[in-house]
Amino acid sequence: MSFLKKSPWVLHYAATSCNGCDIELLACLTPLYDVERFGIVNTGNPKHADIFLVTGSVNEESRKVVENLYAQMPDPKVVVAIGACALSGGIFKDAYNVYGGIDKVIPVDVYVPGCAARPEAIIDGVVQALDILEQRGKARKRQRKMVAA
Amino acid sequence: MSNTTIVPFGPQHPVLPEPIHLDLELDDERVVQALPSIGYVHRGLELLAERHDFIEMANVAERICGICSFIHGQGYCQGVEQLMGVEVPPRAVYLRTVWGEISRIQSHLLWLGLSADALGYESLFQHSWRIREMLVDIIEETTGGRVIFGVCKVGGVRKDVDDAVLKAVKGRMREIQTSFNEIASVFREDPTVKKRTVGVGVLTAEDAHALGAVGPVLRGSGVARDTRKLGYAAFGELDWEPVVEQDGDCYARCIVRVREIDQSFDIIAQCLERMPDGEVDVSVKGKRPKGEAMFRLEQPRGEVCYYISADGKKNLARFRVRTPTFANIAPLVHMLKGCELADVPVIVLTIDPCVSCNER
Repeated sequence: MSFLKKSPWVLHYAATSCNGCDIELLACLTPLYDVERFGIVNTGNPKHADIFLVTGSVNEESRKVVENLYAQMPDPKVVVAIGACALSGGIFKDAYNVYGGIDKVIPVDVYVPGCAARPEAIIDGVVQALDILEQRGKARKRQRKMVAA
Repeated sequence: MSNTTIVPFGPQHPVLPEPIHLDLELDDERVVQALPSIGYVHRGLELLAERHDFIEMANVAERICGICSFIHGQGYCQGVEQLMGVEVPPRAVYLRTVWGEISRIQSHLLWLGLSADALGYESLFQHSWRIREMLVDIIEETTGGRVIFGVCKVGGVRKDVDDAVLKAVKGRMREIQTSFNEIASVFREDPTVKKRTVGVGVLTAEDAHALGAVGPVLRGSGVARDTRKLGYAAFGELDWEPVVEQDGDCYARCIVRVREIDQSFDIIAQCLERMPDGEVDVSVKGKRPKGEAMFRLEQPRGEVCYYISADGKKNLARFRVRTPTFANIAPLVHMLKGCELADVPVIVLTIDPCVSCNER
């Protein structure tokens, strides 16, 4: 990835996270890690977002919210699951109110491991998501051309 | 017929790092009533005590919340140690106190940043988190983790810290305190911060007491109650007094936290001064907890109660936690009555909501 054509905006939602990954995610936005230098901005509005960052596994309540937020995001979009809980349920896998990983509810593109996931790992995950986002954008353009022709 | 409108606040909201939902009943721009609904982060953690043995459970207890992780682990371990009659070596007690206070400063700085963000003061948010990163570096060097420390175990702590490292930590703490004092004066004196917080979300001492507020919310209303005064860990041997502010508004709660950070720096310095030598853990092999224990600890957000019941088996019979955010939701709903819609994010943040603690 040499340079970015787009400033990707991210949307963060803590599904049933213990806060550990959430604060590491916020730490990415602050001076030491500063992902804003890649043009990445944290937004509160799903309609402005390109990348959906989910921390924590899903339970009955948060399942609906995660599905809603995903549905509200415009295409092309990428989902990054952050932390052991978002991958498989992690330490809470056996808990009665936990379904498991985020991929039980919405399609996930990048998996970032760790408990809690380190900011470096999160940034790496987001950078990988950018590649996927760019490819999806191109594919969409091709599709549109084909439809027009 | 009433002319009120209902505005949903959350579960996904720009100022909230975590999901909590409030239904705000509005008359024009004024909040008539706020109805909270929770359950977005409920995992069923307490039941895991029946699936993991009591030694492993310390790791689960630490993941009740990622911000006050160490203090949850400490609380759980102290409870089990009490049931087993294990005496923790003094060095481990002091190390626990130091880590607990570092995590308190880290949590308060995190909160100061988030509240500055809620006020719309983005650069102050960035500065608070810049200073927080310096503390997180110390945490990482001494424990190995950034947010989940993983050093507290039943019978002591997992890791000893060299005296040379402790000496270096002492020097760096002084540097961090100097940088903190620079931004602390902004929280204390800045007119924009004052304009958004003074006189907003007032909670009187009587209401705070009647509604069962805990922690900085209670102390911001002029009630000098701090669970650390019970003297758990090394707090009984140290010289400190609870921080109290009288006004009960958002500004008072903010100042309580600013002053508590200064106090925690002082407590850490005292601990490092008196750090005893010796072992950092005792073996608990072959011992099993038996009986019931109920005790309290002071978290950054307030008093947390643990109840542990065990019947001499590998797994605990019951593990129950009453967290400070849960106690502070009733005062929050009271504070929101009659406030402006634009002040809602500020007031919600001043109780320092930790939803994953709250719902477990």
